[in-house]
Amino acid sequence: MSVPAAPAPWTVGPVTRTDFVRYQGASGDMNPIHHDEEFARAAGFPTPFSVGMWQAGLLGTYATDWLGAENVRGFRIRFLEQVWPGDTLTCHGEVLREYEQDGERRVDVELTCRRQTGGTAVTVWSTFVVPDAAQPEQEATHVA
Amino acid sequence: MANPDAVGTRGAPFRMDVERGKIREFARATRSTNPAYLDAEQPVVPPTFLTTTFFWQSGEADPWPAVELDQRRGLHAEQEYTFFGPPPRAGTRLTCQSHISEIYTKQGRRGGELTFAVMVTEFRDETGRLVAQGRLTGVETARPPADQSRADEAMA
Repeated sequence: MSVPAAPAPWTVGPVTRTDFVRYQGASGDMNPIHHDEEFARAAGFPTPFSVGMWQAGLLGTYATDWLGAENVRGFRIRFLEQVWPGDTLTCHGEVLREYEQDGERRVDVELTCRRQTGGTAVTVWSTFVVPDAAQPEQEATHVA
Repeated sequence: MANPDAVGTRGAPFRMDVERGKIREFARATRSTNPAYLDAEQPVVPPTFLTTTFFWQSGEADPWPAVELDQRRGLHAEQEYTFFGPPPRAGTRLTCQSHISEIYTKQGRRGGELTFAVMVTEFRDETGRLVAQGRLTGVETARPPADQSRADEAMA
């Protein structure tokens, strides 16, 4: 079995403070810069901005829908631009390479979360195992 | 300015229970509708779920304060998770330990020195097997982050 084609780009938004706060509650990162208007302004920002790990989590959702929750083996996130309330995000992915490692088929993919401005908020390089086709063969080997 | 002597600082081991309800909450917060997370009896964790160490790692278990990065100029530059097999499932009791693995400097694109610090966290299951590793890279920029774009300065 070959790697399934990347799903259509996934659009999320316009994103809201509620999205940020909900993620903060789920993750345990309660940094006030992501929800407290006065705190964010005092730090020199016009409004609270999103948690970078939320956008990274959206890419995790996109990638695991594509390649399978159990198959992820690596997920390297680079944070680039901040995401602001009202932004519309687009998650997208592409295959970088397919190869064998430790007797498993693997695929490296690049995942990108872009803002409506075209700017990249987060890039992820991720590795998945490709479940295959080899399954019945393995069973046959066991029987033998 | 970061403290280069922090390299090698090790936090005390801490426990983290992987829970089904917590996975569901995290999956929903990241807009997942995947039945592998929402319906499975013992779902695996999502790729970035191990960030929930926030709920488990504090005090002596957290070596990050030893780095002494200036909070006003500090940013999360990169975060990586590696899984040595399928991600851990609900019901797993993880034993985790963090250490500061690297501190280094680079010149920023617009001048000014950037200081990077890396904290590695190892996650072991009940048998002691290493099931996952987290790698956090923080950066201290030359100026407060509000004055600049992350992309230009931090990622040079």
